[in-house]
Amino acid sequence: MVLSRRLEMRIVELYRQGVVTGGCYTGIGNEATSVGTALVLEGGDVLVPTHRDMGSHLVRGHTPLEIMRQYLKRATSQTGGRDTGLHLGREGSNIVGMISHLAHMMPVAVGVALAERMQDRRSVVLTTVGDGATSLGDFHESLNFAAVSKAPVVFVIVNNQYAYSTPTTLQFASKKLSDRATGYGMVGHTVDGTDVFEVLCATEEAVARARAGDGPTLLECVTMRMRGHSEHDDFKYVPAELIERWSAWDPVERLSAYLGEQGLLTPGARTQIEQAVAEEIEDAVHTAQAEPLPAPQSAVKDVFRRWDDRATVPDIETYEARRIRHG
Amino acid sequence: MAETTYLEAIRQALFEEMHRDQTVFCLGQDIGHFGGAFKVTRGLLETFGPSRVIDMPIAESAIVGVAIGAALRGLRPVAEMQFADFVTGGFSQLVNNAATFHYRLGVSVPMVVRLPSGGGVGGGPFHSRNPEAWFTHAPGLKVVAPATPRDARRLLKAAIRDPDPVIFLEQKYLYRRLKEDLEQELEDADYADYADGAEGSGFEERGDDAVRASRTRARAEGEEEDSDLLAFGRARVARRGEHVSIVTYANGVGLSLDAAHVLGQEGIQVEVLDLRTLVPWDYEAVLKTVAKTGRLLVVQEATRTTGFASEVCAVVAELGFENLDAPIRRVTAPDTPTPSEQGLEAFVRPNCDRIVEALRWLLAY
Ligand SMILES: Cc1ncc(C[n+]2csc(CCOP(=O)(O)OP(=O)(O)O)c2C)c(N)n1
Ligand SMILES: [Mg+2]
Repeated sequence: MVLSRRLEMRIVELYRQGVVTGGCYTGIGNEATSVGTALVLEGGDVLVPTHRDMGSHLVRGHTPLEIMRQYLKRATSQTGGRDTGLHLGREGSNIVGMISHLAHMMPVAVGVALAERMQDRRSVVLTTVGDGATSLGDFHESLNFAAVSKAPVVFVIVNNQYAYSTPTTLQFASKKLSDRATGYGMVGHTVDGTDVFEVLCATEEAVARARAGDGPTLLECVTMRMRGHSEHDDFKYVPAELIERWSAWDPVERLSAYLGEQGLLTPGARTQIEQAVAEEIEDAVHTAQAEPLPAPQSAVKDVFRRWDDRATVPDIETYEARRIRHG
Repeated sequence: MAETTYLEAIRQALFEEMHRDQTVFCLGQDIGHFGGAFKVTRGLLETFGPSRVIDMPIAESAIVGVAIGAALRGLRPVAEMQFADFVTGGFSQLVNNAATFHYRLGVSVPMVVRLPSGGGVGGGPFHSRNPEAWFTHAPGLKVVAPATPRDARRLLKAAIRDPDPVIFLEQKYLYRRLKEDLEQELEDADYADYADGAEGSGFEERGDDAVRASRTRARAEGEEEDSDLLAFGRARVARRGEHVSIVTYANGVGLSLDAAHVLGQEGIQVEVLDLRTLVPWDYEAVLKTVAKTGRLLVVQEATRTTGFASEVCAVVAELGFENLDAPIRRVTAPDTPTPSEQGLEAFVRPNCDRIVEALRWLLAY
C-alpha cells in the first residue's frame, strides 16, 4: 500500500513536470481496496482491473519499473508506447489489460471465467469497476449473465463517491450499489473500502464462493477519491469537508496505526519501508528515463497477430518503385 | 453428387471445426436446442453439449465481451448475432476491445463473430443491414464476406483458425438460394493463377512462387496446410473477360454474374472479381483486372457513401489511374435505411439491370 501510494505520488510529480503526459488517474484513497482484493487471489486466478488499481498491479507482480516504462511511454514498456496508464497485461500473464471504455472489461471477465471453467481450471476472476461505471449497459449485461451461468467471478465496485465530477446522487438511486445484486440473483455486500481487513475478509468469502461453484458476488467497497478525476482536475466540485472527513480514514495510515497499536510495526520499521520504497521508485524512474522511446515506424506494426505486409495497400511512391523494380 | 447450400456449408464448417478442435465453441441467442434463428447451428448442441454451444441472454455486448474473454484464455469462440443489425449492441466491444488487444499488448484474440447480413428478404430497416464498412474502418478486425457455399465453408474454417478477431458476414439472401457441389474439383481461379496471365500491373513477384513461398513459411510456423482453408486476401475471378471489369463481393457477385451473362450474349466479355475478404483485400487483383480491361464498375449491396466500394475506387484512382479508359462507376444502394415493402426494397437494392446499364455506359465511354 505504501509502494502504491508513493509510486502514484511520484507519477503525479512527473505529470506536473510535463514528463508524464495524457490522463493521470490515481488510486489515492483506494489502496486498501485495490491491494486487499488482489491479495486474496491465488496464482492461477485472473485479475481484470480498472484505472485506479495500481495496488492490484503491484500485488500481482507488475514492478514499479514496468509501470514507469508505461507512464513514460518507453519502447521497453508492455505497450511500446501505444497505450497509456494502467492498461497493462501481457499474453500469458494473469492480468487482462483494460481499455478506457468504462465497464467494458466486465463481460470480458465473465468470458475469462467461463473459459477457465470450460478448461477445468478452478480459477476465480476478480474485476473492478467504479461507481460511475455501474450505469453502463455492460455492467448489467455482465452481472446478469454471470449469475445465469454461475460464473466464478467477483465483481468489485469501488464506490469512491464521484465519477469525474458527478456525485453518486446523480449517478444512481439505489441505497447501496450492492443492493443490485438481489435483482440479478447473486450475493452482494458493502464494506468499508478504506479498511484493508474488511476488504480482505469480504473478498475471501466471495472468492471462496466463486471457487466452490456457487456463482458470482457483487462487492461494493466504499471509499473516497482523494484527488481530482485526473491530475488536470482541481476537483473544486468536491466539498472541502468531505475530503477532510475522509482524510481521517486514509487507508495507508489506518493500517499503519493499527499495526502500530498491535506492536507489529515500529516507527523505525515504517521509516525503513518508506526508504526502501523510495529507492525502488527512484531506480525505476531513472532506469525508465534512460531507455529509448519507441521508433516512430513501430506505430504501424502489430495491428494483427497474422498479417502479410503485402496485403497492406501501399502509397503511390512505394507502388511506383515496386513497378519500376519489377518492370 | 449432393449439392450443399450456403447455409449448410457454414454449418458444416462449424461441425468440422468443433470436431477437430476442442477449444472451438459457439455462443449466441437461441443457438442451442432451437438451432439458431436461421438454423445454422442446428444439431450442434446435441453433438457437442451445452458447455460448447451456449445459449446466451439477449445481450449483444456481453456475447461479444464474453467471446473476447474466452479467446484471451485459450479458446476459439464463434459468436452468432441473430441478425447483423444487432451487432450494434456489441459494436463497442468489437472495435474498442477485440480490435486493440494485439496492437496494445501483443495479445492474440482468436474469435469469430458471425453476422447474418444483407437484404432481399423484406426484412426492413432493422433486419437487412450490410455493416461491413463499420468494421473495415476499425483497424484490428478482419472482415470476410463469402459469396458462394464453397467459399463460405473454407473461409469460416480459416476464420476460426485465425489468431485475430474476424467479422464473418454471411448473406441470409444466399442461405438457401445458393447450392454447390463441394466435392467437385474446381479450377481454383484465385489470384495466384490469375497473375500469370495478366499484363502490365507490376505484380509478377506475387505469382505462384510467392504463393508457394508463403505456404512454406506457414508450414515452418507450424500451421497445417489445408486445402480446406481459404487464405484471406485472395480474390476470385468469378468470370473471365476482356472488355470491362466488375469488382464486388457477397450478394454483389451473383448479381454481377447475371449481368455478365446478359452482356455475354451480345459478345461482350465482362470480368467479375469476387473479393471474398475485405480486410485484408486483394487490391493487386483489382489493379490487375483494371490493367486488363481499363474499365471498372464496383458493385456493393450496402449504401453508397463511404462504403467499401468507395475504398476500392480510391485505390484504383490512386494506383491504377493510368490504366483507366473511363471514370470508375459504382452500383450501390442509395443512402437510406432499407425499406421493408417489396417494391420499395427492390427500388433501392442493386440489381442486374442497373449493373447492365452501368456496364453499357462504361463501354460506351
Ligand atoms: C464509456 C466511457 N464513457 C466515458 C468515459 C470517460 N470517463 C473516464 S473515467 C470516467 C468516470 C468514471 O467514474 P467511476 O466509474 O466512478 O470511476 P472512478 O474514476 O471514480 O474511479 C469517465 C466519465 C469512459 N472512459 N468510458
Ligand atoms: Mg467513482
